[in-house]
Amino acid sequence: MEKKVLMKGNEALAEAAIRSGCRFFFGYPITPQTELAAYMAKQMPKRGGTFLQAESEIAAINMVYGAAGAGARVMTSSSSPGISLKQEGISYIAGADLPCVIINIVRGGPGLGGIQPAQSDYFQATKGGGHGDYHLLVFAPSSVQEMADLIGTAFDKADQYRMPAMIMGDGMLGQMMEPVAFQEERDPSSLPEKPWATTGTMMKRKKNIINSLYLTPEELENLNNDRQKRYQTIMENEVRVEEYQTEDAELIFVAYGTIARITMSAVNMLREEGIKAGLIRPITLWPFPTEAIYARAAAETSKAFMAVEMSQGQMIEDVRLAVNGKKPVYFYGRNGGMVPDQEAIVKQAKQYICK
Amino acid sequence: MIQKIIFAGFGGQGVLFAGKTLAYAGMDAGLQISWLPSYGPEMRGGTANCSVILSDQPIGSPVITTPDILIAMNKPSLEKFENAVVPGGLIILDSFLIDKKVARDDVEAVYIPAKHLAGEAGNENLGNMVMLGAALKHRQMLQIEMVYKSIEEHTPKSRAALAELNKKMIDIGYSR
Repeated sequence: MEKKVLMKGNEALAEAAIRSGCRFFFGYPITPQTELAAYMAKQMPKRGGTFLQAESEIAAINMVYGAAGAGARVMTSSSSPGISLKQEGISYIAGADLPCVIINIVRGGPGLGGIQPAQSDYFQATKGGGHGDYHLLVFAPSSVQEMADLIGTAFDKADQYRMPAMIMGDGMLGQMMEPVAFQEERDPSSLPEKPWATTGTMMKRKKNIINSLYLTPEELENLNNDRQKRYQTIMENEVRVEEYQTEDAELIFVAYGTIARITMSAVNMLREEGIKAGLIRPITLWPFPTEAIYARAAAETSKAFMAVEMSQGQMIEDVRLAVNGKKPVYFYGRNGGMVPDQEAIVKQAKQYICK
Repeated sequence: MIQKIIFAGFGGQGVLFAGKTLAYAGMDAGLQISWLPSYGPEMRGGTANCSVILSDQPIGSPVITTPDILIAMNKPSLEKFENAVVPGGLIILDSFLIDKKVARDDVEAVYIPAKHLAGEAGNENLGNMVMLGAALKHRQMLQIEMVYKSIEEHTPKSRAALAELNKKMIDIGYSR
């Protein structure tokens, strides 16, 4: 690790991506993620990479599709409305089993919505987004440092499982500056080979074909079933979750990203008042930490759960599935770009536990 | 220890930069820090502000609803944030640009003609640094030497003269 520098989350994502060996970036500007593309525009040409501002989000994601097919470490970034535009391409990339990284610095929606931070794209990120039976690996950092750390992981896991990975941040994480230390730069030529990539046969091997069109139902079903098996492996091996003060907690919050760090402050405030609160913070939203939550729900110590989100309640559905009726699951959220403070979370939590 | 500071003014007055300077110094002093800008349409010619938190504990929300210190460089900023400052908090305003007094009597108010003083010292656009110097004087957040060292460290060598100028302006606010 190198010396800490002060950077915006957007810039840290870009720098960490380049250090992870990413040399291709295709995007289209949108607030609040524009600094990411701007950083790439400045740095990529200097560091042997390609930055291209496409004519639209749809063009950008299809350029990602092409570069991923050719075996490149490639990424794109956008914010909510732009990610909606990219969904067709994302579904194709998933259908063609190609790795890439997609950044969504979420803003309030629906429609053009606003430009302030939100988490209202949870369903879109974790339940498909585009058409067809597919998943993205979805990572939800809660600090600038974690943004920098997770992007290398996202690239590696995307390559390992041959699927798109998403980093889901929000306007706050994108815009805020915090100290960050970066991993050492990796040489793109040192990355594992991709024998499936369409790089030219040199008359030495059979042609590789990258495609998402399969008109024979048997063939398509087989391919889909294989992919589902991979998803199963991922659900068993790739869950990432942080628990804070959950050991003896009676009230367990579940929160991710920006709101998780605010909820952590709320846990501290409640603990000071003698209320045993704790926090489960999913770091991967898909695969979701179902088992970690169920374990706490099944324990005798826990009395209630509370999902806290910057939306009107999306992740709470996965929390309820995980808790599986063992304990009540409450909700607190703001939306449209409103970010609740710890006092509001504490107040809401007390109302539920004093019932 | 936790200090929550809002720097506010017009776009172009350097409020984001002043906040960044403090954030860097806090980082170099080993504190936890966060810096959050306003990034709405107000950036385009209207009011701009940033929120800086210095803390010895991990920082939860980088959003500041009740600042300990408000540094106001124009009237709309004073009007917007005056009532949010915690009782016993500090409001520093550029009295050269704001022809208004702080209405509250439960906060400490410091009036400093920052733009004027900066102009006298060679660059009227560096009122932001004069204001930062005043903040460092009235609240024990960081050692002033630490701030100077941090500025030297984070200014590109090609612009060392700028670092000297910034330090000079901070000193004007600090020694006043």
